[in-house]
Amino acid sequence: MTATFPPETGAADGSAETLMAPSRPVLAQDWRRLVRMGAVGAVAQIFIALSNMPVRLDERAVVKPILSLGYLTLLIVPFAAGNRAGHQIKREGMPVYAAGTHEVAGGTACGALAGGGLSLLAVLLANFDLREPLVNWSPMLAELLAFGNATWFAVVVWLLIGAAVGAVGGALRVLGPRTRRAVVTMALTVAGTAVLEPLVVDLAEGMRLEALTDWLYARRGGVNWTGALVLAAVSGVVAVVGRGRVRQAREHIATLEGAKRTRTNLGLILLTAAVLVILPLFAGKLTNELLANVGLFVLLALGLNVVVGLAGILDLGYVAFFAVGSYSAAVLTAATSPRINPEMPWLVALIVVVIITGLVGLFIGAPVIRMRGDYLAIVTLGFGEIIRLIFLSDWLSGWFGGSQGITKIPGAGIFGLTSVAGTDPRRVFYLVLAFCAIAIYVSWRLERSRLGRAWMAVREDETVAEAMGINTVNVKLLAFVVGAVLGSFSGAIFSAKVGSVFPNSFLILVSIVILVVVIFGGMGSIVGVIAGSAVLIGVLGGPKQPGLLAEFSEFKLLIYGALLIWMMLARPEGLIPSVRRSRELHQQEMAQDAWLRGEVEDDDSNGGGQAAPAT
Amino acid sequence: MIRTSGPRRGAPRTGVDWFLTVLRVAALTVIAVGLLAFIWQEIDTDNPFARWANPDATGLTGAQFRGLIVSGVAQGCMYGLIALGYSMVYGVLGFINFAHGEVFMVGAMTGMITSNKLADAGLWESNFIGSLVFIVIVSMVVCTLTAVIMERVAYRPLRGSPRLIPLITSIGVSFFIQNASIVLLGPAAKAYPDVPDWVKDKHTFMQIEGARILVVVVAAVSMFVLWYLVEHTKGGKAMRAVAEDAEIAALMGINVNRTIVRVFAVGGAMAGLAGILWGILFRSVIHTTGFLPGIKAFSAAVVGGIGHLGGAMAGGISIGVAESVGPLLILEPLGVSGVSQLRDAVAFAVLIGVLLLRPAGIFGERLPAEDRT
Repeated sequence: MTATFPPETGAADGSAETLMAPSRPVLAQDWRRLVRMGAVGAVAQIFIALSNMPVRLDERAVVKPILSLGYLTLLIVPFAAGNRAGHQIKREGMPVYAAGTHEVAGGTACGALAGGGLSLLAVLLANFDLREPLVNWSPMLAELLAFGNATWFAVVVWLLIGAAVGAVGGALRVLGPRTRRAVVTMALTVAGTAVLEPLVVDLAEGMRLEALTDWLYARRGGVNWTGALVLAAVSGVVAVVGRGRVRQAREHIATLEGAKRTRTNLGLILLTAAVLVILPLFAGKLTNELLANVGLFVLLALGLNVVVGLAGILDLGYVAFFAVGSYSAAVLTAATSPRINPEMPWLVALIVVVIITGLVGLFIGAPVIRMRGDYLAIVTLGFGEIIRLIFLSDWLSGWFGGSQGITKIPGAGIFGLTSVAGTDPRRVFYLVLAFCAIAIYVSWRLERSRLGRAWMAVREDETVAEAMGINTVNVKLLAFVVGAVLGSFSGAIFSAKVGSVFPNSFLILVSIVILVVVIFGGMGSIVGVIAGSAVLIGVLGGPKQPGLLAEFSEFKLLIYGALLIWMMLARPEGLIPSVRRSRELHQQEMAQDAWLRGEVEDDDSNGGGQAAPAT
Repeated sequence: MIRTSGPRRGAPRTGVDWFLTVLRVAALTVIAVGLLAFIWQEIDTDNPFARWANPDATGLTGAQFRGLIVSGVAQGCMYGLIALGYSMVYGVLGFINFAHGEVFMVGAMTGMITSNKLADAGLWESNFIGSLVFIVIVSMVVCTLTAVIMERVAYRPLRGSPRLIPLITSIGVSFFIQNASIVLLGPAAKAYPDVPDWVKDKHTFMQIEGARILVVVVAAVSMFVLWYLVEHTKGGKAMRAVAEDAEIAALMGINVNRTIVRVFAVGGAMAGLAGILWGILFRSVIHTTGFLPGIKAFSAAVVGGIGHLGGAMAGGISIGVAESVGPLLILEPLGVSGVSQLRDAVAFAVLIGVLLLRPAGIFGERLPAEDRT
């Protein structure tokens, strides 16, 4: 890229200001980079097409007559490639060009290449039969790619679509920030409304607003053509008029201090709580079921967040605590449990469950706590799998029912007032909500306690923490136990909700999904973890629970895997990062920035001093 | 050698240490009692100590025992081949490439696809050895590419970040490859074509199946080739230098990036080979094929000492034998029913035991300079 830069004009004085140069000529592209990105995009397109996503998701319409979710999956890659093509690496002291035709042209080329992947696939589909290893090598896919026409049509049309979408992606860089925000808001509103359709329809039925949804959505799913236009217009206007008021408000709240801050926070929390309490009253079974599932994963994720996010212990066997919680609750409450069946009331059983899981946490934690971080991860994974294999084995099937599991578990009785079972998801949700509130309060208080600070110290540097007088072993063990107890809440509710427990509900996969939720949301950030569960579990679904996009159930684990990689590469601090954690991750960059700004002399707190030349 | 577990000399013993000591003693007691009970069974099935925990105890016949050992060794050779990849990557980069087991799965899948195509063309039956060599080459190439792409896309950008970050990424890669296999090739288990009789049948030589002999021979040969590559070529020297200290190696004019790519490539090729051996031995492959062997191979790498080539092989064979013999040797005499189901649990228990008792492995570990302090 450096070849296209003109001689640095105003950078001679060494100022760290970013310089705005005029836009580049259209043809001065870094062609190798474009071709590389286009080729990667083409491979990604072929992969997506052969994963059967387009065919399976073609049923689900986004905007009724023109765009289905299936075709949308094929448009994402050229769009991203086109947008990425216009990306400039900003270096301090280097000029930044104004975006212009250059970006659009690059995006078009890149998008066309990515779209060309599908053209190639269409030709291959027509001429070869690779159905033997590739299960989705089907005439259906060929038909979908060609829009029902001949192969040459597919070839031409995907090149054109790729180029057009890539151009849009590139053009997004040219727009001013305000227009860009409006466009993005419009697109996201329409897509979001389409994704949330089951939820919106369900709520509208509860509130007797069917007329609205009848107008907005087409009969067999998807936003109406007119509905989409109106939505886009309204959201665009809101975005233009709003002009970042939300961000201003957030920044304003962040600057508040003392009593004012507390009051604002309290108000926000009460508002959220009120919405969450009132919403289920209007919602039907589907929404409540979804909310209850999200809540269960919030509980699990909050527990794992204490272990991974606060104490920095990568526990890959977290599902063990979920399993132990579920099984012990089942054994204690169900009359059908094979060996011991005390048939305790649920709340009494819960106390025992917490004690048992805490002990299991201690038992698993004690041997591993001194290990190196990565060995610890593998060993906890082993423990998670051992616990499942033990529940599954014939050896203890006299206690836990082996592969038959324990069935007919009664619902959770609360002081003899009500009984909460899976048949009434609304009550389950209220129960989950109550426990989430407890878990949130506990994590929030812990984070700010002496123990929480000790955890974070251990996470950042164990040796230093030890030198500061922290008993690292005890502190880490406590993290394990707290995480285990929070996980056991979720387990106890899960067994009462589902009414049965089987060893196969506790695969390692569950641990990984919870880990993805925590990392996606932001390690160590309570709000982030909640948002992460809401987005991932709510939209894509949990390991066995369907989400809003039920059609994605075959692909959600694939997406979770890709998301985990992408988050680690692009945004390791997560969606809504905890301030401290992101500071830790970007320490070096921030130190460099500080050095460039010449702020290092009186700043010896964060290791930034080492980045400065030693003079 | 670094302190990976246990208190520092002179540090006060805490509750955790007592707990660990109790745990170690308990584990050793269980093993000792189980072994003793087994030995009593072998001597005389009617003796009261043999009957003490498991009244149905019968012991093993010599042929059964030999069969278990042989299948353990053959399986262990495969673990050893996979373990090489874990060991070399950990030795050079200092992180567990969790997705390495998936590379092995990709190898087995490639072998399945290629061998079925060859069987369709009739070559598999007419020229078995030639086809075998062909699928081994194809699988090694595909696995090498997989491993190298993995390094380029997921791990290279993360070099120098906190050590748990590449580990988490590798979990994502593993998850991604597994599920990519589901969506591309379907979720069902897929079969290898039928192999010739001499591979399936037991031979007069100690009543061992041909496939197991094949596995052991191939593993031994590839081990020798790899040993030669690492110890006696310039590229191998570069690998060892980078494993010793990447920064100094770079100063000495070694291209660190290229060397790391080479390490991944070699590990991938070995995993591809192991994948084919798996296919010949079990003749079935599914997307989860890589998970358990991967974990066990990692344990093998730890048992043998991270960074040791021979150690990885020795560790693999010990893990293979332990998981094949252990349940019947120790758990059955103790009266645990359905021991074969606990096979994987035993493998995990071995892993935990090793990391608990001797995290530096049998031969001691060779770690990158920064991890040694």
